[in-house]
Amino acid sequence: MIELKGVHKCFGRHVVLDGVDFSVDKGETVALLGPSGTGKSVLIKHINGLLKPDRGDVLVDGASVPSLGRRQLAALRTKIGYAFQTGALFDSMSVAENIRLGISDEACFRDRAYCRTRVAECLELVNLPADVGRLMPAQLSGGMRKRVGIARAIAGHPEYLLYDEPTSGLDPINADAMDALIAQLQQELHVTSIVVSHDVRGSFKVADRVALLHAGRIRKVGTAEDFVAAKDEVVREFLERDIQVLEAEEA
Amino acid sequence: MLLLELVRGLPEWRIWLPRTRDQCLSVGYGSLGIVLLVAAFAGAVTALQAAYQFTGSVPLYIMGSLVTETIILELGPVLTGLILAGRIGARYAAELGTMRVTEQIDALESLGRSPVSHLLLPRIVAGLAMVPALVILADGMGLLCGWLATKSSLGITDADFSYGARYFFREFDLWYSVIKAEAFGAVVTVVPCYVGFTASEGAEGVGRATTRAVVAASVLILLLDTVLAKVLLPS
Repeated sequence: MIELKGVHKCFGRHVVLDGVDFSVDKGETVALLGPSGTGKSVLIKHINGLLKPDRGDVLVDGASVPSLGRRQLAALRTKIGYAFQTGALFDSMSVAENIRLGISDEACFRDRAYCRTRVAECLELVNLPADVGRLMPAQLSGGMRKRVGIARAIAGHPEYLLYDEPTSGLDPINADAMDALIAQLQQELHVTSIVVSHDVRGSFKVADRVALLHAGRIRKVGTAEDFVAAKDEVVREFLERDIQVLEAEEA
Repeated sequence: MLLLELVRGLPEWRIWLPRTRDQCLSVGYGSLGIVLLVAAFAGAVTALQAAYQFTGSVPLYIMGSLVTETIILELGPVLTGLILAGRIGARYAAELGTMRVTEQIDALESLGRSPVSHLLLPRIVAGLAMVPALVILADGMGLLCGWLATKSSLGITDADFSYGARYFFREFDLWYSVIKAEAFGAVVTVVPCYVGFTASEGAEGVGRATTRAVVAASVLILLLDTVLAKVLLPS
């Protein structure tokens, strides 16, 4: 289980998170929505300890992430896969080498054959052919890079998956394919996921619950239906365009 | 903090050692041409200028001593250090800075891996291993070209040059050259690695970090040069 309790984070004088309370249950997929620049990525970077809160606490399976030591934090991170917005692939390494980084060193040193097989498995899980492993990141399209980033994130059998804007910069067809991939991985791997996005329709498709981050706080948490029925002006303003489309689709 | 992290990363040799081999090739073999070229010209010019200044005022064999000591004590290590501050320092700072701003370092950390053993230790260990080797080769090339230039401009015999070279030479001079090289090797790797690792604010930030790394490493080399001369050379 992931819990954020009263998390505050400032960069200089700019307050990004102003007392965020938020939790995700085991096995659940939660979409974290919000306009660009509201601190969604900042929020999930607190979960795997890439950022430390100025105040408040972040708990993963009951362990306080900000107070973990170096080794404990490294161990925790192997349980949390993080798919970066741009893929964040190492451009000096091939796709296969990038994915191999997601597998623990012990596993790789002990059994090289397992390492190779796992890389191929992960590529297959994200619907990429095995020969993509030989390519360099510069030879991949934006969508493929995101998929390889996800393959690297799942290579170590994580219990949690954090997706940072998985559909941003993708055309509608690829964005739909990415949503389908997230749903497919959820079914196959049974992980707990947080999907950061500003794509309302995609989030409604993949998530069990949706949360809206606004002005440094969680404004609303609920199911897609709760959001469609919401009377809160801030929520309606954010969802307006997509709700009209959803209602038209339903009608 | 960075130095502490480096020490903590040392036991993870299975991670950093294979990557160090690649960095050694890049730092050592990759820099060899420019280091030897600069050392060759430094040796020749030292000899020619000394010949211009001292002809007729000091015995010819002094030229051997002057060229040898100047190259080994000062020009070999310092010029090599300054060249590598530009070549290696800029590269390390730009590489690591780009990795930082494109979230590659965050990605490594998010996988539970230490950026120190994956990125920093291979670069720093390669620098510490290769810079002294480059300085020894630069010393050799500088001496060779200085000797040839003295011979061609002054007509000094090999015996006179060799006598002069040995007259004021102490074994410690070679050690001094290597000690300086090791210190400069640390400067041209640790400083740019730190500056690149802490870069921020996109392409402009990487540019600023690269410039800062080269300038800081160059200035530190000159400062260390003075400090080491004062501390290690008996006056």
